[in-house]
Amino acid sequence: MKYSAEITVQLKPGILDPEGATIQRALAHLGYSVESVGTAKKLLIELEASDIDEARGALDGMCEKLLANPVVHDYSIEIQ
Amino acid sequence: MTFAVIRFGGSNCDLDVYHVLNDVLGAPTDLVWYKDPVGEYDGIVIPGGFSYGDYLRAGAIAARTPIMNSVKQFASVGKPVLGICNGFQILVESGLLSGALSTNEYPKFCCKWVDLRIEKTDTTFTSKFKKGEVVRMPIAHKEGNFFADSDTLKSMNLHQRVAFRYVDSEGDATASANPNGSVENIAGVVNKTGNVLGMMPHPERASESVLGGDDGFRIFESMVEYVDRL
Repeated sequence: MKYSAEITVQLKPGILDPEGATIQRALAHLGYSVESVGTAKKLLIELEASDIDEARGALDGMCEKLLANPVVHDYSIEIQ
Repeated sequence: MTFAVIRFGGSNCDLDVYHVLNDVLGAPTDLVWYKDPVGEYDGIVIPGGFSYGDYLRAGAIAARTPIMNSVKQFASVGKPVLGICNGFQILVESGLLSGALSTNEYPKFCCKWVDLRIEKTDTTFTSKFKKGEVVRMPIAHKEGNFFADSDTLKSMNLHQRVAFRYVDSEGDATASANPNGSVENIAGVVNKTGNVLGMMPHPERASESVLGGDDGFRIFESMVEYVDRL
């Protein structure tokens, strides 16, 4: 089976997000007052797997080993 | 005695480190491509640059190349491994050092001379300094904001694994002396055994007085002296 996955990697709560903070200030210059801006990285992955569990297992492994840094990141996986 | 300066695609401070070790210090040094073996060398330097374009995260791709398994083995037998700037990022990404290096608090590339306080002198790289001494070296990075969670920090402080902190000219680790938002002004850390050092400042750019300072030279001198004594 071919699966499409969207992996979102974002900073854990409480960890400084200077890019988000800068975007928040730029929004304020445009008159948009927002409470917070957080940035995240989205990775779009297509893979072959025998079933969805195998796909999820492989994607989890990719996140643990490379795609996220467990010191500062949380990640989520959506599979279609 | 021969040292290796590892080159990844995108390393760009390799020749500067080579020059200091080989030409200024007179320690025979090879530039080693990341696909070549490193096990026989006496010390390894992972230089600064933008390995693999800083794709994904700074240092993340280089940290997962097979040569880093050899570097881990090399470090585990007590041989010296020094990571400078992108080299430090590679060492934390590979798990050889604790913590993470993320985007500077003011999220721009920051290039300037900074004052550093020597926190630890019983390491492979800092024996030529005095504890508490303030030295000057340049930094040049956008992802140098050192982070470790509070338990890790506690353990790092307890076991004295912080090598340098950013300080003002009086030697105080103030917020205004912190160029990138690093937790507790941390500029460089060592592993448990003190033979692996990662640092954001560039000692190779401060190794000849003609460059504006030579405090960084003692990092390389300490490393060579350590190898000499082995």
